[in-house]
Amino acid sequence: MPTTYLEAIRQGIWEEMERDPNVFCIGEDIGVYGGAFKVTAGMLEAFGEKRVVDTPISESAIVGAAIGASLMGLRPIAEMQYADFISCAFDQVVNFAAKCRYRWNAPVPIVVRAPSGGGTHGGPFHSQSPEAWFVHTPGLKVVMPGTARDAKGLIKAAIRDNDPVIFFEHKALYRRLKEEIPEGDYTVPIGKARVFREGKDLSIITYGAMLYVAQEAAETLEKEGVSTEIIDMRTLLPIDEETVLASVKKTSRAILLHEATLTGGFGAEIAARIAEKAFEYLDAPIARVAAPDTPIPFSTPLEQAFFPNADKVLEKARWLCAY
Amino acid sequence: MAAVDSLNLSRVSRKSEEAPDPDAELARKALYYMFLMREVEERIEKRLYRQGKIVGGVYVGRGQEAICVGAGLAADPQDVLFPCHRDMALYFIRGIQPREVLAQYMGRVGGPTRGKDGNMHMGDLNRRIVAIISAMAASVPVSAGAAMALKYQGSRNCVLVFFGDGATSRGDFHEGINMAAVMKAPLVLICNNNAYAYSTPVHKQMACANVADKGPGYGVPAEIVDGNDFFAVHRATARAIAHAREGLGPYLIECKTFRMTGHAAHDSAFYVPKHLFEEWAAKDPILRLERHMIENGIATREEIDAMYARIRAEVDEAQAWAEQSPFPDPSELLTNVYEEK
Repeated sequence: MPTTYLEAIRQGIWEEMERDPNVFCIGEDIGVYGGAFKVTAGMLEAFGEKRVVDTPISESAIVGAAIGASLMGLRPIAEMQYADFISCAFDQVVNFAAKCRYRWNAPVPIVVRAPSGGGTHGGPFHSQSPEAWFVHTPGLKVVMPGTARDAKGLIKAAIRDNDPVIFFEHKALYRRLKEEIPEGDYTVPIGKARVFREGKDLSIITYGAMLYVAQEAAETLEKEGVSTEIIDMRTLLPIDEETVLASVKKTSRAILLHEATLTGGFGAEIAARIAEKAFEYLDAPIARVAAPDTPIPFSTPLEQAFFPNADKVLEKARWLCAY
Repeated sequence: MAAVDSLNLSRVSRKSEEAPDPDAELARKALYYMFLMREVEERIEKRLYRQGKIVGGVYVGRGQEAICVGAGLAADPQDVLFPCHRDMALYFIRGIQPREVLAQYMGRVGGPTRGKDGNMHMGDLNRRIVAIISAMAASVPVSAGAAMALKYQGSRNCVLVFFGDGATSRGDFHEGINMAAVMKAPLVLICNNNAYAYSTPVHKQMACANVADKGPGYGVPAEIVDGNDFFAVHRATARAIAHAREGLGPYLIECKTFRMTGHAAHDSAFYVPKHLFEEWAAKDPILRLERHMIENGIATREEIDAMYARIRAEVDEAQAWAEQSPFPDPSELLTNVYEEK
């Protein structure tokens, strides 16, 4: 049946809680209130206070406690109310969780859920896409589903994974995206991108809510005679370079599209890899479409100017095709 | 543990005809671990470091040995330990060998991290020891989570987390103790207040008089003990553990002590008034325990010296083993970043 992106995540967590008594949720306002976005709604009633733990406002202690519980054999799912607040837990994520296995062979199987992204008039502290901070941290896995099907399959894979996973959920997709997903238990492998739309003239490599910006652009380009391939990264770390390079070798043109700001963004890393490993296949420069290097503004016209959109993608696509 | 048995210390008892005296037994064990820690740290700091065999930082717990030994011996082997960087004896108490610790300091594969990390940054989940990271107090929220997990699992065990006075200025201390208190997690927080955090004296670290003063603000009972008195630390820890096991939540112990060294081997501690070192040298925890044992007929001077000689020989062997341990192959650089299936 048609399922929202939010409900898909909720189902995935719910099923894993039923499957494994070591799985539990910890975060701010996730129990009685059901989470700021209601991802954990009903779980307190179903699983009890022991497994749905409301905490003080302490992002560092939420992630720290998740790490400690995981070292004792549990499989915690920690919720950041907004991805923006994960900066309060930065040290626990990048220094404690990410390095335990490498340093002393201690697995830290935690999931840190981080509702990210903008377009909801959230302003500078409720709209950010901080995934690149974590892509720069070996030892972490960084996931961001762009479809309801992947949202459920990836949250389940993340919970079962034996390494720390930062699970970005795009807030704008929570209720706007509704689609058929498979019934029952399934996982989507971490570390595997997929071809979201097949094409032969241009590759748009993206993830999260930008998939739909890419799709809108691709439909316009189709009318202009340009066949666009869209790659949904799904996992940002470890990077599925193979799928990216295969697409670019086929189309010879690449646009890297993300909602996060441009400089030092995920697109820069992909651009470097294409330049190193598929340079001779390119017919045009590698192009990036990303947010400008500013904080995310609040007021509607400023916010609209900030985010990448189909027009910005089309402008780059036409430039590449004419090159 | 095997090392203690091999010393055959029971024969030094004055009361050999009677049932073994548990306090005497405890004192012997304590002196063994305290002197072993001192000896290994002296070797590292005053010999291997100066010989250039240790390339990284060296942080010792000289003068503070009663804290980790007092607390470590009060804990059950299944209680979980989060040592700080001046708690070497906790590793020995849990059965990690001096040779492994020496190899760790020298970056050899014989160390618990196989050269991936240095000095006291080591842990072993089988021995219920979690490795520290360099950011002070980062262990406190993690230990709170470990304690919450023990409660979740219905275990009667608890968690002991160790840190210094400086660490209590960091947000993680406050978030962690508050979280543990709210969750009534079985967590024992043990602060070694050694008067300095690097060059910063306690009065520039905090405006309250004692670290223990911070406990009640979180609803956590706290007490101050003489950190150079092994028995005082041991008793306080036993009280704290009983409190945690009864489901009453966390308990904070402030052990007043003094850092008889710079922050690290490179630091001469020129900023510490000399008279403080002299005053605290007279309160040395090892000398105090020796005196107690001799005065109470637990051991003679000769027996203690004989034990020290055996420990030195043990450390000689450990050092030789560690120096023979190979450096890691550069190919290990890329291993174990993620689970390897």
